[in-house]
Amino acid sequence: MIQQILFVLTFGAGFVYFGLQASKIRQAIMLGRPDDRSDRQGERFKQMTLVALGQQKMFKRWIPALFHLFIYVAFIFTQIELIEIVIDGVSGSHRFFRPILGGFYTFIISLIEVLSVLAFVGTLIFLARRNLLKIPRFVKDEMNGWPKLDGNIILYLEIALIVFIFTMNGADEVLYNAGHSHATGIAAGASGSYDFAISQFVGPAIFGGVQDYHTLEVIERVGWWGHLLTVLAFLVYLPISKHFHILLAFPNVFFSNVGLVPKGKAENLSQVTEEMKAILDPSYQPVENEDDPKRFGARDVTDLSWKSLMDAYTCTECGRCTSVCPANLTGKKLSPRKVVMDVRDRLEEIQKYKLKPNEEGEFVPANGVEGAEEVAGHYLLGEHHITEEELRACTTCNACVESCPVNINHLDIILPLRQYLVMEESSMPEEWGIMFNNVENNGAPWAMPAADRFKWAEEMGEE
Amino acid sequence: MSNHTVPVMADLAAEGKTPEYLFWVGCAGSFDSRYQRVTRAFAKILNSLNIDYAVLGPEETCNGDPAKRAGNEFLFQMQAMQNIELMNMYQVKKIITACPHCFNTIKNEYPSLGGNYEVIHHSTFLQDLINQGKIKIKEGGEFKGKKITFHDSCYLGRANDIYEAPRKVLEALDADLTEMKRCRTKGLCCGGGGAQVFKDAEKGNKEVNQERTEEAVATGAKVLAAACPFCMVMFNDGIKKLNKEEEVQILDIAEILEKDMEK
Repeated sequence: MIQQILFVLTFGAGFVYFGLQASKIRQAIMLGRPDDRSDRQGERFKQMTLVALGQQKMFKRWIPALFHLFIYVAFIFTQIELIEIVIDGVSGSHRFFRPILGGFYTFIISLIEVLSVLAFVGTLIFLARRNLLKIPRFVKDEMNGWPKLDGNIILYLEIALIVFIFTMNGADEVLYNAGHSHATGIAAGASGSYDFAISQFVGPAIFGGVQDYHTLEVIERVGWWGHLLTVLAFLVYLPISKHFHILLAFPNVFFSNVGLVPKGKAENLSQVTEEMKAILDPSYQPVENEDDPKRFGARDVTDLSWKSLMDAYTCTECGRCTSVCPANLTGKKLSPRKVVMDVRDRLEEIQKYKLKPNEEGEFVPANGVEGAEEVAGHYLLGEHHITEEELRACTTCNACVESCPVNINHLDIILPLRQYLVMEESSMPEEWGIMFNNVENNGAPWAMPAADRFKWAEEMGEE
Repeated sequence: MSNHTVPVMADLAAEGKTPEYLFWVGCAGSFDSRYQRVTRAFAKILNSLNIDYAVLGPEETCNGDPAKRAGNEFLFQMQAMQNIELMNMYQVKKIITACPHCFNTIKNEYPSLGGNYEVIHHSTFLQDLINQGKIKIKEGGEFKGKKITFHDSCYLGRANDIYEAPRKVLEALDADLTEMKRCRTKGLCCGGGGAQVFKDAEKGNKEVNQERTEEAVATGAKVLAAACPFCMVMFNDGIKKLNKEEEVQILDIAEILEKDMEK
């Protein structure tokens, strides 16, 4: 009974804490501009099935994709065992599904065990890729410190989960062998084997030497509680980790326009269209839209679409984007992954210092939070997060967008920041200023007279 | 009509005619001396097949792409609205262009500003003509069996998912098409998009166009085929720095086809 009470309390506390953290992330995403993504539900659903559930884009690089698939499928199937753990935990039963499912139970648990072994191999390889092989995309500057640790913590937690599950099943197997099984539906004193694919061998091999069945029961409980507590630790940890992608990947791909709209299409700013119409036709009355941003382009996270903010929380920092970025490959400061991470960093900073946006979308510090005043002025655009130099280096080639396994659109962040620089601060490289002048005065980006535009045809007969 | 004459929209309108296609030349095609040759090659193909087309001539202006990608939405929309007004006045329905940047902007960004056209990149247009048997390749052409590598322009490939059309054009010549390791969806940018071609690159350890030109040269191809004026500018610069101008030709698919087709 004590175990049941303890179970309900820990499990409940874990979920409540997770709920609170997740709602903070939801609030952060809601800081973004409105952006209607309720169209094309059918296509979006299909895209989510292929890209998120089916991991289509992961398989552009099949080695990590394969090992990631092991971990992913193991994670999905282990939920069945987790449901049983919850039922057992609340009701005091042991292996609740076993008498109900019969032979299918043996199959399911065996499948989970086989997948867990594969996931274990995958996890070790991932640890090696990050820490021994030092795959370039995992050791870029933006990965120093917390992001690197974060990536490893998740892998250690996965190892713990797998070790506990085999401890639990293995010790249980030895107990059953010796006629001490507590499982529901097994008569007292009956001995036998669960016939689970891995633990029927691993269990006796490791715990077979333990003669005292009380000790074995303790070991089995350590496995059971250990697994459960690691799952809860995982849950509590998720919201502060890049690992949140396991949940957000689904809505993020669903609401993404990548794959639905040509990647070359950049939305036209409607407030500019209104002003232009008024310039071209003085009698035109511009339509003011409440949802329009407060400024041209973006200076801070509030100027970006909520979808870009969801992108930031979905990013798993895999660095595929940065590894294909032409600017980054040639040593420029721009790293598309850093751009996305900066958006999340800024949002976390805003929440940490309890900053609230005023009507102009500027952040004002709450009273009494130390350091908030300074952080309020740290905007997304600027020396603290994304710098002008990084933004300038982008060729808008879409390689980053193409490569992202969870359909993040980096250009939806980069272009609005560039717009702010040019339209609100008139900050641009000198050559761009000249180019703008040429377009405006000559109708071409070069200083060529418009009258010469058709001269190319004069030599039609000469070649 | 002489084969060397290029029909102009305003002239046709004066005669009460509306051609089937507008050939949108673009700024590079109009002013860049290297890319003018591509424009002429494409116009010659159009002429030789008696395609019903016209150009805007002196009335054409920048589509606004470099301004938009640099962040100057005002200038972009000003250009777009002027062009849309002009093209709608001429009742333009179909547009062909050799520039992927013009193509992308007019196709994807003009509609919400009132410009709705069927926009066709010249690679797709040429592929269709070959498929329909209207363009025939002559026997023993210059490019037959020649090693050619094609560079995907970002604004044609990833931006608009056109990967096969330019390759089909080259395959029709029976050329020895060889791919760079980074091709199609994984193609590496030439370094010129996003208005980069109009300014110096940021500080780094290499120029993007150098990286890409080296990759192209490493295939051993004798021709680096492009389908974008900015890519061509970037590669001409890159190949000069490698001192390989004599060994590797940089050509647009329209120039290549124009040389090897029956006329």
